[in-house]
Amino acid sequence: MNPIEDFANNSLDLWLVQSGIWLAWTVAYSLLVIVGVLVCVAYLTYAERKILGGMQRRQGPMTVGPFGLLQPIADGIKLFSKETIIPSHAHRFVFLLAPVLLFSLSLIAWVVIPFDKGWVLANINVGVLFLFAISSMSVCSIIMAGWASNSRYAFLGGIHSASQMISYEVSMGLIIVCVLLVTGSLNLQEIVLAPRPLWVQVMLLPMLVIFLVSILAKCNRAPFDLPDGESEIVGGFMVEYSAMSYALLILAKYANMILMSAVTSILFLGGWLPPFGMNFLGFVPGIIWFALKTAAILFFFIWTRATLPRFRYDQLMRLGWKIFLPFTLIWVVFMAGMLMSFDALPGQKQAKAFTAAQIEHVMQQQEK
Amino acid sequence: MIVQAFAFYLFAGILILSALMVITARNPVHSVLFLILAFFNAAGIFVLLGAEFLAMILIIVHVGAVTVLFLFVVMMLDVDFSTLRKRSVSYIFPSIILGGILLFELVIIYTYWYMAPEALTNIAQDQSAFEGLSNTQALGMVLYTDYVFAFQMAGLILLVAMIGVTVLTLRKRPDIHKQRLHDQYLRKPSDVLEITRVTPKTGV
Amino acid sequence: MDSFAGMLFLKDIAKGFLLTLKYLLFKSRVTINYPHEKGPISPRFRGEHALRRYPNAEERCIACKLCEAICPAQAITIEAEPTNDGSRRTTRYDIDMTKCIYCGLCQEACPIDAIVEGPNFEFATETHEELYYTKEKLMDNGDRWEAQIAANLMVDNPDK
Repeated sequence: MNPIEDFANNSLDLWLVQSGIWLAWTVAYSLLVIVGVLVCVAYLTYAERKILGGMQRRQGPMTVGPFGLLQPIADGIKLFSKETIIPSHAHRFVFLLAPVLLFSLSLIAWVVIPFDKGWVLANINVGVLFLFAISSMSVCSIIMAGWASNSRYAFLGGIHSASQMISYEVSMGLIIVCVLLVTGSLNLQEIVLAPRPLWVQVMLLPMLVIFLVSILAKCNRAPFDLPDGESEIVGGFMVEYSAMSYALLILAKYANMILMSAVTSILFLGGWLPPFGMNFLGFVPGIIWFALKTAAILFFFIWTRATLPRFRYDQLMRLGWKIFLPFTLIWVVFMAGMLMSFDALPGQKQAKAFTAAQIEHVMQQQEK
Repeated sequence: MIVQAFAFYLFAGILILSALMVITARNPVHSVLFLILAFFNAAGIFVLLGAEFLAMILIIVHVGAVTVLFLFVVMMLDVDFSTLRKRSVSYIFPSIILGGILLFELVIIYTYWYMAPEALTNIAQDQSAFEGLSNTQALGMVLYTDYVFAFQMAGLILLVAMIGVTVLTLRKRPDIHKQRLHDQYLRKPSDVLEITRVTPKTGV
Repeated sequence: MDSFAGMLFLKDIAKGFLLTLKYLLFKSRVTINYPHEKGPISPRFRGEHALRRYPNAEERCIACKLCEAICPAQAITIEAEPTNDGSRRTTRYDIDMTKCIYCGLCQEACPIDAIVEGPNFEFATETHEELYYTKEKLMDNGDRWEAQIAANLMVDNPDK
């Protein structure tokens, strides 16, 4: 795929043409993904308002366009045409850098997400770790936003957000280890395609529940929306932001929600494959299944927001460290043991061959 | 190759510049932010070397955990730099001595540097067992076979550190009211709540 | 044991989720689409003020100043002079709508139902000054809403 490596073998002209095509394809694909994600973000806010409204017996947006369908566009125009206010004692550069960084990170993460078989921009070996790396960068930019605002509320919100994200990242990592025990690869496509017997899926079910709760905490969504905490810290790290920079923060937040839903559907729900192993539904394009699964998890996000009240901060930490962490840790050991005893670990045969080869190698050396 | 060389010099240049900024920036928070940039570029160099696992781990561990903790600490401290700078002048003599000793030791290490004779043979060892394996798998195979003892020891040391921190900071507070979720959950409305219909002028 | 299982499987949370889902799917929306739909208004609704006329277009107000006297917010200012035909009429009848608390005492005090609070509640303005109602504005209001005001008064007190 990558013509840059073939430079030595080909003529310069061919190399230029090939890499030009490759570059154009990459740019076009990235643009498609970015536009797609942004449109999804816009209509996610619309869906959220409509569903929340429905659950509270209200109408939701009604006025702009048919059924209020143009509401997100109107919101966007409003936000982008407002004046960006920078607080007088803010650290100007960091203050402006943070939302840009957060927004671009939330888009960068999409390069490793496979939308369908082969529909992925960067099919890298360590896709899951890449996602983790990106999310740890976004923790930093949230702290930057909170600190640079030079406001106590923003600072407190930033610290809340960062410590919450770090706390839940630990148990999320262990949950992902459970999935990796089954799939044996960090590549997201291989994770989807790895065979999963029914009993393994049953064992992954509690992990799915904990993962869903953890992504709520990771995206700072209700009931874990303490970083925003409108009633306590008036919007958290976003309190000093306005107009464009605020829009970027909101876009990043919702893009992260969609990303996390996509990751959940890849890790647990089989990505673009038809649900429940119904292979006769294979004629439906994979991206539709992928979108449906992601949308279902997004609905769960909104549903939770309508249902549950906000956690208190110590309860949040207790849940993360005292319940999820030990439980997932035990579950990793338990799952590893089960898989091992049923000889279902993915690399098990390979590893046995490797050890056998090594033993043979040592034996040979001893003979010499 | 041109592209890769360009990327390498870009990453390396930014890495060195940001590392310099870490020690020269006036604001400690800016220093930590430059440290993040440095880690990021180091990860880029790792990727160029084909060590994508190490690159990601570097970002996850150092940016995601270590520097975030640095940021926490540095942001919480309200340091007055002008007085700090004045006072630091008085320490200039001992610090020169300390620095000199360190430099001297480094020079000694450098002059007496020698390679273990078996290192070269280790490098030249048969790598065929790793053929077709991804970075992550190859690393795991080595880490959990040849170096399992060192790996587990590192884990144990970290565990000891963790327990130490917990012991040092744990304090029993009998004076505060603690929530017992389990008791709360087991409490039923019928245990504590009685609804009576009061007829007028009779009292409860 | 039962409660332990409930705790493990998050029984209460599941109940909450089902409740919100039920509201989304099966309950009707209770909000109305305001500028297009409006809620019902009582005949006694105390909205924007109006000065009424008799059916022969003669203005009702005789400048007795009872409303000015009773107004707890002191929002009403009246000046009066005898007119050419010898009757007593107001030359000035101002209501400061920013002071008014819509208590309805003025229409209670009025012996001839001249000042009334009509059914109109949509009289927001862009400036403060527009809310200082003069006699012209109030008479104009009376002309505009007369049919509805008269009907409301009839419903409220058919004997009158």
